[in-house]
Amino acid sequence: MNIIETHDLTKYYGKSKGIEDVNITVKQGEIYGFIGPNGAGKSTTIRTLLGLIFPTRGSAKIFGKDCIEKGHEVRRSIGYLPSEIFYYDRMKVRDLLNYSASFFEGDYTNRINELSEAMELDLNRKIEDLSYGNKKKVGIVQGLLHKPKLIMLDEPTGGLDPLMQKQFFNLIREENRQGATIFFSSHILSEVQQLCHRVAIIKDGSIIQVEDITTLQKNNYKKIMIKGENLSKRPFDLKGITNLTLDNNTLKFFFVGDINQVKEKLQPYKIEDLLIEDPTLEEIFMHYYE
Amino acid sequence: MNIYKFEFKTYWKSFTLWSLGIIALQIIMMIFYPTMARDAQMMDLIMENYPEELLQAMGLGEHVSLATVLGYYTFVFVFVQLLIGVQSAYYGCHFLSIEEREHTADFLFAKPVTRRRILIEKYLAAFTILLLTSLVVTASTFISIELFSDGREYEIGPLILLLFTVPIFQLFFFSIGMLVTVGTKRIRSVISYALGFGFGLYVLNAFRSIVGGEFLGFFTPYYHFEPSYILMEGSIPVGRAIISISMILLAHGITYFAYLKRNIRAQ
Repeated sequence: MNIIETHDLTKYYGKSKGIEDVNITVKQGEIYGFIGPNGAGKSTTIRTLLGLIFPTRGSAKIFGKDCIEKGHEVRRSIGYLPSEIFYYDRMKVRDLLNYSASFFEGDYTNRINELSEAMELDLNRKIEDLSYGNKKKVGIVQGLLHKPKLIMLDEPTGGLDPLMQKQFFNLIREENRQGATIFFSSHILSEVQQLCHRVAIIKDGSIIQVEDITTLQKNNYKKIMIKGENLSKRPFDLKGITNLTLDNNTLKFFFVGDINQVKEKLQPYKIEDLLIEDPTLEEIFMHYYE
Repeated sequence: MNIYKFEFKTYWKSFTLWSLGIIALQIIMMIFYPTMARDAQMMDLIMENYPEELLQAMGLGEHVSLATVLGYYTFVFVFVQLLIGVQSAYYGCHFLSIEEREHTADFLFAKPVTRRRILIEKYLAAFTILLLTSLVVTASTFISIELFSDGREYEIGPLILLLFTVPIFQLFFFSIGMLVTVGTKRIRSVISYALGFGFGLYVLNAFRSIVGGEFLGFFTPYYHFEPSYILMEGSIPVGRAIISISMILLAHGITYFAYLKRNIRAQ
């Protein structure tokens, strides 16, 4: 069964384009990554799916129901964690979570306690006194407390320290293991690769590619920077190397393929510094998709 | 009704402060009544020396005597109207735009509730506060008059009639606040709109009374529910009240349909 299904979903803000002809299908039980640079239309897509904004054209179904017409029914089973967290500041964490729970049938006291414990969140503090990371935790608990079947995360890791981030990912994996479908929007490639099964790439409001994460990893470019004396471009004229530049004894290029090839070529040189990193999304878009 | 309950609680502090303001204003102004009434002749003499236009602009026509209880209260009530006008416009603008101003929209609108329910429950919470405020106005009117009328007689009928117009007067400003919200993409400062409309429409009515004629009065509830008219004539100007109510209904209709289709913007 498809959990999310959009059909030519388009949103214009006046004349400026938010998203155009977005067609995505998220299957049950998937962790679906939604990746693109800032301003690509990730939040617009999510906010349209949630009924905060209305599509200019096209339609979207969640759990097989129209997400505008039947929005309130659909949202019963959605947990949403927005990218920036702001809450009714003067409230205590517990009161906010209880208010959040009051929108759903049933008693969620135990669930609130469990989740807060897992996230090390103090329920008795006022929200205005919390750090950004702690507010984020309130958002996480708030988004998960009603055991949603679909969890939508909009750049959820900003402001979480690495330890907390790991804990959060575990929590999400656990929810997924228990049957929840995850829609994970992010601009950080590595975290999407860590977590997701399938990824849609959005740029300038349009989906440019949907791929299995394994395929994406196979085509995984690395950004390599080598600093050393007497370096020259020639030996690095290999298949798989692009955008080769030499400047100030520093060699920079993108590489895809077996890293041992590069290792061998480096053998004769005395190296001062070596950096291998994931390219930023923008770089991938520039050198890979165009 | 969870949204209603939640919203209602958020008004308490603001409601208390506004109420104290209204009570204090009425009592402080009424304190001076006994002195004024005792020197009635002198007061009326002073009044005669003021330019007619100024008195008109302050809502005091030639037939209003500051020496009588209701005459003096006309003068007091204009200021009460100013206060509740600003307050109502503030609430009208505030209750619809707070989610977007304080970025809590992503919390509320992602919940399993219809847009209609959000609007209605939020509206009712604010409306309850307006009604409570009008009760405060009524109570503090009678208390302040009883305390400082100095034993002078007054007719209670016109006073009750005047107090009866308060909720409609409030709804007019409340409606303006709502219209401003649904008419703009992004609201930054609610209080500046509220002060602008509260005082602006008062000035418009003052201007109307100086230049004469009715046309400008159509747009301002200070004219629709002019205290001097109601207290001195003992009746509500029906035509003007109908204009006011029609405008309120129209604004409610527009707000309802616009809000159901409103795009709730991200930060």
